[in-house]
Amino acid sequence: MTPSDKNLSQCCSSKCISPDMNWKELTKAGNIYTPGNASTYETGDWRTIRPVWDEERCIHCLICWRYCPDASIISTGGKFDSFDYKHCKGCGICANVCPAHAIEMISEDEIEKQKEAQKDEE
Amino acid sequence: MATLKELAQVEERFVGGHRLCAGCGHGISVRMVLNALENDENVVVGCATGCLEVASTIYPYTAWNCSFIHNAFENAAATISGVEAAYRSLKKQGKLKDDFKFVAFGGDGGTYDIGLQSLSGAMERGHKMVYVCLDNGAYMNTGIQRSSATPIGADTTTSPAGKVIPGKQQPRKDLAALIAAHNIPYVAQTAISNWQDVHKKAKKAFEVDGPAFINILSPCPRGWRYNTPDIVDLVKKAVETRFWPLYEVEDGKWKLNSKPKKYVSVEEFLKPQGRFKHVFAPGNEDLLKRIQEEVDKQWLALLERCGEEPELPPR
Repeated sequence: MTPSDKNLSQCCSSKCISPDMNWKELTKAGNIYTPGNASTYETGDWRTIRPVWDEERCIHCLICWRYCPDASIISTGGKFDSFDYKHCKGCGICANVCPAHAIEMISEDEIEKQKEAQKDEE
Repeated sequence: MATLKELAQVEERFVGGHRLCAGCGHGISVRMVLNALENDENVVVGCATGCLEVASTIYPYTAWNCSFIHNAFENAAATISGVEAAYRSLKKQGKLKDDFKFVAFGGDGGTYDIGLQSLSGAMERGHKMVYVCLDNGAYMNTGIQRSSATPIGADTTTSPAGKVIPGKQQPRKDLAALIAAHNIPYVAQTAISNWQDVHKKAKKAFEVDGPAFINILSPCPRGWRYNTPDIVDLVKKAVETRFWPLYEVEDGKWKLNSKPKKYVSVEEFLKPQGRFKHVFAPGNEDLLKRIQEEVDKQWLALLERCGEEPELPPR
């Protein structure tokens, strides 16, 4: 279970505070009982350039995971798994520290265009 | 030394969804420090007001996947030391079963300047806590005002580089040495370019019986005005040019952790940064010389404290 799954399930409990809550429903002293619930807030839409993973080149050293400020590199069993595009802000540090050049930063506009082109083909 | 494969299995205690700028050094530093804890260890975090605190705890969200306590700008160390004292009391009374670690994060403004008295007090009282200073060399949260951690010659909004005065005129305070003078069990200075070093020092700090202090260089893309993805290269240059040496003080014994193999001029570290752009303008050669002299002076003093052979830079 990743922290975000855990938090989502915790958020369903009665002690959770949400932005659309009435003030009377707040917890005592406004305490938050759901640690790490910022993971339900998506900062991914800040991104203008997107990291794209090249599976063939990746050597699973996880240096990218180490240097990601947003904990947006998901690893499973000590291997690179995927990017968490919901939280990645597109800073480009991962692409820069990758010793195998397995991460490429591509503009979101470019990706949007590619998607549209694919749709047109279909 | 654990490998990255093992460390990646440790629970994430600072999750994504916080609102720090893209590529902020704080996110990297905090993740590295908290990653030194084991899965079954509990931790209580406190933050001095600053970018980290306001960006990670925007109500009703918290990016801290652990206990977190709010406090004012100047008293992060006092708050965490109080929590630690309460914990010890509850533990003694048998009202609390779980073990906890205590860590306070502060920026350079909340540590070098505003929080210095409470930090000094907490260190002197000998609480079993870790204080981590994330040094980005100015009050970045309020708009890049100079602090006592700002290096000499840097352009900030309250020490602007103009025709008469080229940036900050005073050299930076040597905080790690100041805290080491409290004779606490563990003081260290580290940088994210060497993650093994950060991990090792964080682990030592958490394990030591008494107060520990870690000073981490944490670049700010906005305030330093460098190309955001180059953060690791920039920090590496800070270490190589001896601007930010890596050392630790264990029970009063100074130890240099890495000695740069060749002499690199501080220019290499200053050049990629917009806040030092004026240093390379014609007519400011004296300023560059002064910055280099300051770095050399600090380096020689450190070598002497560590009991190393003094080495003078080639001229």
